[in-house]
Amino acid sequence: MKYNRGAILRSIEQPHLKSDLPAFDSGDTIRVDYKVVEGNRSRIQAFEGVVIARKNGKGISSSITVRKVSFGEGVERVFPVHSPLIDKITVVRRGRSRRSKLYYLRDLRGKAARLKTDVARQERDRAAARAAREQAKNQDAE
Amino acid sequence: MKGILGTKIGMTQVWRDERLVPVTVILAGPCPVVQRKTAERDGYQATQLGWGDASEKRTNKPQQGHFKKAGVGAQRHLMEFRDYSPEGDSVTVDIFEEGQALDVTGTSKGRGTAGVMKRWGFSGMPATHGTKKKHRHSGSIGQRKLPGRVYKGKRMAGHYGAEKVTALGLELVEVRKDDNLLLVKGSVPGPNGGLVVVKESKRKVK
Repeated sequence: MKYNRGAILRSIEQPHLKSDLPAFDSGDTIRVDYKVVEGNRSRIQAFEGVVIARKNGKGISSSITVRKVSFGEGVERVFPVHSPLIDKITVVRRGRSRRSKLYYLRDLRGKAARLKTDVARQERDRAAARAAREQAKNQDAE
Repeated sequence: MKGILGTKIGMTQVWRDERLVPVTVILAGPCPVVQRKTAERDGYQATQLGWGDASEKRTNKPQQGHFKKAGVGAQRHLMEFRDYSPEGDSVTVDIFEEGQALDVTGTSKGRGTAGVMKRWGFSGMPATHGTKKKHRHSGSIGQRKLPGRVYKGKRMAGHYGAEKVTALGLELVEVRKDDNLLLVKGSVPGPNGGLVVVKESKRKVK
């Protein structure tokens, strides 16, 4: 009996994975629109902060840690990236970091806890967005 | 009892509503019926199922005859299921329904010669306070002149693992009939690629 273990496991995960996620890395500031269920009402809550870690690979178990400082208190939330409760993820700002896990930010306060903007990547994003707009316009014209 | 033979593929996770459920993927069936035992002829009722292709050349002659009689190719594993008579000449995963409880039997991973801490979960000896070269040892193993011997069955170091283990009452999360796959909640004994026996359980899903 021939079988491909990896292929079978991937085929199980595949339908649960999200395909519309933007490319982001640790150091980037993102906004996570998260569905919150209160009783039988559900609403969307935004959590905006710096991605300080991406964990557990690219599969279904992958997760991100987002950190923000709220009223002087550091708040971190861990989101499973492919959770159905995540409505949308948007990249707000590209940050430049030289490591993948930014746990050192926890020990820093105020000005020291900022990351430099990665201008090159941000420009590339803008260019891509512009190109997409142009294309949409051209399609409309046709 | 209803059952099927399969191979453990590995573990992953799936989202069910808003919860991430850990699942073990089992490739099971179709298992050909090799022999049907009856109460009149054999003294008990059972069905013998086969699983896994085997080399015809390396199957011995008595077994070749056994397979020929059933009209199936050489099988790597054979197993009897008592008081179970499936219809048709093979058993597939659709004998099970999603949500039901299953018992999964496998051969646990072999750990070779293992000490008491790994094998029996003993606490070991203190790290400091004068302990000398005995940090992973057990303590006393008995009394004094009475009984003057170590009781039988005393838990000590020795061979651990590679034994038959059954995980009871696991929930069947999903059945993929087209791919012959079972997704069982939680872990299952044995290494990936190992033989597992999946039977319906008397337990209820927790």
